[in-house]
Amino acid sequence: MTPHSKQPLSPHLQIYRLPLSAILSITHRATGVILALGAMILVLILSTAANSPETYATIHQQLDTWYGQIFLLGLTFSLYLHFCNGIRHLFWDVGLGFDLDTVDKSAKLAIFVSIVFTVATWWVATRMAG
Amino acid sequence: MDDLSTPLSKVKGLGSAKEGTTHFWHQRLTALILIPLVLWFGFSIASMPVEHATLTGWVRQPVVAIALILLILSTFYHAQLGLQIVIEDYVSTHSTRTVSIILSNFMCLLFAIIGVVAVLKISLGS
Repeated sequence: MTPHSKQPLSPHLQIYRLPLSAILSITHRATGVILALGAMILVLILSTAANSPETYATIHQQLDTWYGQIFLLGLTFSLYLHFCNGIRHLFWDVGLGFDLDTVDKSAKLAIFVSIVFTVATWWVATRMAG
Repeated sequence: MDDLSTPLSKVKGLGSAKEGTTHFWHQRLTALILIPLVLWFGFSIASMPVEHATLTGWVRQPVVAIALILLILSTFYHAQLGLQIVIEDYVSTHSTRTVSIILSNFMCLLFAIIGVVAVLKISLGS
């Protein structure tokens, strides 16, 4: 190929800036895997509660620490992002919202709503704790 | 017009397992049922003090126990279907892939059972 060829090049993945929708796509998978692990941890918490108040207290203390809270906050945001983007996928499955403009807008909307849901959930939770 | 596959491919038994659509469809069905369940669970957990007594008292309500079991079952079924796709896409060695899928399916089943038993134990109060 000549240096000044006008032929389109396939994206060089190291320098190609992924569109927002593509970033959300891989994030959807990542959050899905995180949530599978998170669901297992929630089940463990539930089983400590079923066991005894003492066993539950040990895991509750861990979740009350700064790293426990960061973990729960990350899990909440992962949940709502996967939730919102999943609904986006369901719209695509019935054939709606496929044009590029809508795809970009719904990506931004999914991120925005998941942030709002995360803040709302934590606002309610901290009001309960405090 | 009945069968276009060669005798060799029939002997090898490879090709579509005729189960791809079921996988896709169940992924969507569990996603749909998880929409109300996740919203309910997220805001319920947030709106209660997560002390042992309040948590178990909440789980003891029959409606809550039923919804929690539904949530646990659909979550781990949804997770199992999703994890399988991720493994199929990123693990290229055939044996490692098969073992990973079996392990991940087993873990999802195991944790679903632990979750359901925990809910039943709390709600039936022993």
